[in-house]
Amino acid sequence: MTNSNNFPEARYELVNPDPLKTDEYVLNMGPQHPSTHGVLRVLLKTDGEIIESATPYIGYLHRTFEKHAEYMTWPQIVPYVDRMDYLASMNNDLGYALAVEKLIGLEVNERAQYLRVIVAELNRIASHLVFLGTYGLDVGAFTPFLYAFRERERIVDLFEEISGARLLYNYIWIGGVAWDAPEGWLDRVDDFLDYFNPKIKEYNDLLSYNKIFIERTANVGVIPADLAINYGLSGPSLRGSGVKFDLRKDDPYCIYDRFEFEACVGSGLKGTVGDTWDRYFVRIQEMVESVKIIRQALKQIPDGDPKETVPKNVRVPKGEIYFRSETPRGELGYYIVSNGGKNPVRVKVRAPAFSNLSIIQAIAPGLMVADLVATLGSLDIVLGEIDR
Amino acid sequence: MEAKDIHQKLKDKFQDAILEFNEEVLQPYVVVAPDKTDEIAEFLRDDADLQFDYLNSVSGLDLGENLGVVYHLYSMTKKHKIVIKTEVPKEKPDVKTVSHIWRTADWHEREAYDLLGINFVNHPDLRRILLPDDWEGHPLRKDYVPQESWHGIPTTLKKEEKDDQQQ
Repeated sequence: MTNSNNFPEARYELVNPDPLKTDEYVLNMGPQHPSTHGVLRVLLKTDGEIIESATPYIGYLHRTFEKHAEYMTWPQIVPYVDRMDYLASMNNDLGYALAVEKLIGLEVNERAQYLRVIVAELNRIASHLVFLGTYGLDVGAFTPFLYAFRERERIVDLFEEISGARLLYNYIWIGGVAWDAPEGWLDRVDDFLDYFNPKIKEYNDLLSYNKIFIERTANVGVIPADLAINYGLSGPSLRGSGVKFDLRKDDPYCIYDRFEFEACVGSGLKGTVGDTWDRYFVRIQEMVESVKIIRQALKQIPDGDPKETVPKNVRVPKGEIYFRSETPRGELGYYIVSNGGKNPVRVKVRAPAFSNLSIIQAIAPGLMVADLVATLGSLDIVLGEIDR
Repeated sequence: MEAKDIHQKLKDKFQDAILEFNEEVLQPYVVVAPDKTDEIAEFLRDDADLQFDYLNSVSGLDLGENLGVVYHLYSMTKKHKIVIKTEVPKEKPDVKTVSHIWRTADWHEREAYDLLGINFVNHPDLRRILLPDDWEGHPLRKDYVPQESWHGIPTTLKKEEKDDQQQ
């Protein structure tokens, strides 16, 4: 075997070694570590408590989705996209269904469109609630987790009623939705919103304006807007840096142009624009906006059969499309190539968390190890969609 | 700016390196030469009329004879988009990297290298990203045959196991 030790010769050739400089310490964060929200390994080189470099290693959850997709028929892929971002399955389904519909040129039934928006926005709230709870855990606040999951449970119950499943729904199909809402479901959504809206003040009192929480998150892990754009950040992570860019507004899809809502941006309220507190608070504000959207959708939803436009046989003509939609984590893009056959030639997924995570190498140097946990948490990564 | 004008601007600047333009499709695309992608990318980002500051994604795909690389670009300031494509032969899949222009490309190019074996020239850190470092082959190629085992772990089902599952 050739020389395989990890001690390059250069180590002993320092010309003027700094007498106070000590060795760097290599620290593996993960793959099993609660703050990495899944199986992510970050290789840290630290100088005491200060990080010199951080290299993320991903792929532990790689389930070869893109290869699978080449062997599946078009409707068969829907349950697979559920499993990418398992905290926002509805949003993943929606993106895929819209992409294929655009390739076919299919107009979807009105009631189905509204049902889609309602479940997608409910899922956005549920996903942000998981973020709120786990982010609290990351920085040492245990109570908010229980509050967030209390409300999330109600949403999951609603999903169970409409789709039969509590986590992976397979509800939004190509051309419509799987079932119409059961009787009284829309009223129960309305009841939930009445119940949920005042809770946001509770979260703010508990966590957002908590002095210890602000100390931990404000002015930490600042991402400047130009760096965020260059690294392809999207969603709340990008808006936290003060970039007012929301695909639901700037590149409207589905029926989002019919609703009035705001794209929330970070403003540096407690520190600098683009710090972890800003990214956190953007998500809190987005829950309020989602409530607004659902309320409008509930008012406007027409009668009809949401399965009317679901095709018996999905035939996709030759062509290709890059379709992007806004999930709770950011821009989810599907690049789909079809040759007119019964399965796609290529389905490439541009996962938002994939690009969001890549910025960690750029902002980690100079942070304390504990602050890296806060920064990583504020990007709200889901390893299921990073590794696919 | 419309795709037509973007193509014209590229054509004026790079002439022979711009190979094809198609606007008869859902999303118009420009095909460019693989050894000029970095220069073209820099121009696309820095030109005052274009300002493509956001790279949505880099996708690799197997086209049979060739391997393709597709770049989806968007401009945050100008609100326009364009698709850039390039093709390389499988024997010598060399494409110039754009990872120094848009950092998004860093991981996306590593993914295309990992799954399709496209070699991005001048990429600072071109190694596998999703699969283990010592994996053999590039799974998203159409002619890919998976290795039987990896460090003693079987990667495919044996014939008897397959039959069992079907029953």
